[in-house]
Amino acid sequence: MVDLSVDLGGGHRLPNPLMTASGCAANGKELHRFFDVSDLGAFVTKSVMADPRSGRGTPRMAETASGMLNSIGLQGPGIEAFVDEDLPWLQSVGARVMPSIAGSSSTEYAHVAATLRASRAFDAVVGVEVNISCPNVANRGLVFACDPMASAKVIALVREQLPRDIPVFAKLSPDVTDITAIAAACVKAGAEGLTMINTLLGMVIDTDLMRPQLGGVTGGLSGPGIRPVAVRAIWQVRQAMFEGRIPTVPIIGVGGVRTGRDALEMVAAGASAIQVGTVVFNDPSAPVRVLRELCELLEAKGYDRFTDAVAVAHGR
Amino acid sequence: MTGQATDRALRGRVTQEVAEVIATRRVGAYQHITLVAPGVAELARPGQFIALAVGGESSGTLLRRSFSIHRVSPSGTYGGTVEIVVSAVGAGTRWIVDRVPHDTIDVVGPLGKAFPLPTEPVACVLVGGGYGSAPLFWLAGELRERGCHVEMVLGAASEDRLFGVVEARRSCDGVTVTTDDGSAGHRGWVSDVLPDIIDRTNAGVVYGCGPMGMLESITRVAEAHGAVAQVAVEESMACGIGVCMTCVMPVVGSDGRTRMVRSCVEGPVFRGDRVRWDAFDGGHARVPDDCVGAPKVGGH
Ligand SMILES: Cc1cc2nc3c(=O)[nH]c(=O)nc-3n(C[C@H](O)[C@H](O)[C@H](O)COP(=O)(O)OP(=O)(O)OC[C@H]3O[C@@H](n4cnc5c(N)ncnc54)[C@H](O)[C@@H]3O)c2cc1C
Ligand SMILES: Cc1cc2nc3c(=O)[nH]c(=O)nc-3n(C[C@H](O)[C@H](O)[C@H](O)COP(=O)(O)O)c2cc1C
Ligand code: FES
Repeated sequence: MVDLSVDLGGGHRLPNPLMTASGCAANGKELHRFFDVSDLGAFVTKSVMADPRSGRGTPRMAETASGMLNSIGLQGPGIEAFVDEDLPWLQSVGARVMPSIAGSSSTEYAHVAATLRASRAFDAVVGVEVNISCPNVANRGLVFACDPMASAKVIALVREQLPRDIPVFAKLSPDVTDITAIAAACVKAGAEGLTMINTLLGMVIDTDLMRPQLGGVTGGLSGPGIRPVAVRAIWQVRQAMFEGRIPTVPIIGVGGVRTGRDALEMVAAGASAIQVGTVVFNDPSAPVRVLRELCELLEAKGYDRFTDAVAVAHGR
Repeated sequence: MTGQATDRALRGRVTQEVAEVIATRRVGAYQHITLVAPGVAELARPGQFIALAVGGESSGTLLRRSFSIHRVSPSGTYGGTVEIVVSAVGAGTRWIVDRVPHDTIDVVGPLGKAFPLPTEPVACVLVGGGYGSAPLFWLAGELRERGCHVEMVLGAASEDRLFGVVEARRSCDGVTVTTDDGSAGHRGWVSDVLPDIIDRTNAGVVYGCGPMGMLESITRVAEAHGAVAQVAVEESMACGIGVCMTCVMPVVGSDGRTRMVRSCVEGPVFRGDRVRWDAFDGGHARVPDDCVGAPKVGGH
């Protein structure tokens, strides 16, 4: 039997490296109808902001080759409802939770993190993922994740709010010229890990109506079609860690994972954990299926420990 | 426990199974498909839907396609079966109607909320637009079992787009047909004939399933004639199981406040007077300004 456990920081040893992806699993109850969410290494929740948000109008999706575009606009109940209802529920079923937090200003991120920390179910939290792919109102709506300074500021403020044994993961956008520069800024600012990648900005035009198909005009591209971009991003950042340009921290790989093979590909590129997002829409129990397939593959390849396979493709 | 539904399926009231196609036949412009899906058959109620995967395990078409459940037979010769009525409009539905007996399709369901049934035996009018009539015959049977007088109105653009006229005559106390082009029944829309039927039968509930525009007019007519409308909507859905937030629409809650709610879990059946029809416009739904969490002027 392969040892699948992994430590992503803070001394929280996860039983396995499989996670949900933020925004592709809601906050647990819906998927718990298909599999036990405590079977996952961690459950990553939908990015939550300070206040309730309606999100954008519809249509909010367009199907693409091996994927989809979405323009949800971070619909959510706000952090108060999250800590009152969602987090305690996840704790009650024994899930290890990685809440994803968002904001439209660095102080909003800090406020959300502080509210989370003060909550009664905080014991269930094994890490916090910071979704920095949000428009920064203070900078004409430029996404934080596209600016190393803005990203670093958000991470530093969030880091201050959380206890040391809770690792902070910065979730990076692939829509940048040099992802290693943003990664370096986030780690320097205190991130103990990186999640890669968020969606790519895309657009579809409805040629019957000759207008943009999404109500929000542009949207985030996800699904198996973007997997090579995710593998590349993980590879580049891991390479920069090997070269000493970025301190070595764990990377959580996400983007188009559909099978155990896809997960293994990301692991070989440098990921220490894997999230399954859009593929859940195709197969609601995909996260546990991918885990099973990954385990079988590792076993077939003769690995005793999952962690031995991390980043092995480098230097080969 | 009967059937093959797992413990988890019963707890979650939902299941995922690989279903074999055992029958498929052309009915006018549609394909009527019967699937062996015992788990779904055992759990489903009228108004719920199923989501089918398209094109096999490695298909590049990732998103499932949703279909109202036309009928279930929990203990057929082949094990429980589920029937759907499919209109081929794009690549996904074309793949589905091209399946032949013994092919398999991956099914998730039953999904969404069922039509609520009245506690008293009030008269009901069931209105179906095109394939929207598919879930109504099963509903009609359940209503009549409760002693309700049931009439059906079937409307479509043309005769070949009507579904189930013969079955309607068998399963209801009265049937009215309308077509836009007059190729069958009354020339015109369901909303032209609905007022008289509500008044004549003194109906308490109007159930509707069909295009959004039709559901809006059913709601208006029902309200004006003292009946409650229960409508099953059809919104673009990426997941069908409540995790993606793509299928939302503005609906007024019991506290009087509008929220963008998921039509796959809080619907697809909504009370018509709760839907913010004013926000819909040519395939778009706006977020009403008074919606909970609506963007403030100048952005969030
Ligand atoms: C709750 C519900 C019940 C439905 N019941 C039936 C039924 O009983 N019979 C039937 O024939 N059809 C039904 N539909 C509509 C059916 O799901 C769509 O026609 C189908 O998804 C179109 O897929 P496509 O690949 O052929 O078309 P494409 O246009 O190529 O699809 C592209 C994308 O848009 C989505 N999409 C396109 N049209 C619709 C639509 N009308 N509704 C929702 N999503 C859409 C698809 O799911 C897909 O993701 C129902 C839809 C919903 C939401
Ligand atoms: C419908 C949808 C909603 C998403 N919402 C969020 C979100 O709230 N926060 C976030 O960090 N990422 C969000 N994402 C991005 C995913 O978490 C993931 O990074 C991306 O989709 C790539 O992975 P995938 O191809 O496995 O989906 C969302 C993606 C989708 C498809
Ligand atoms: S379709 Fe995904 S939440 Fe409704």
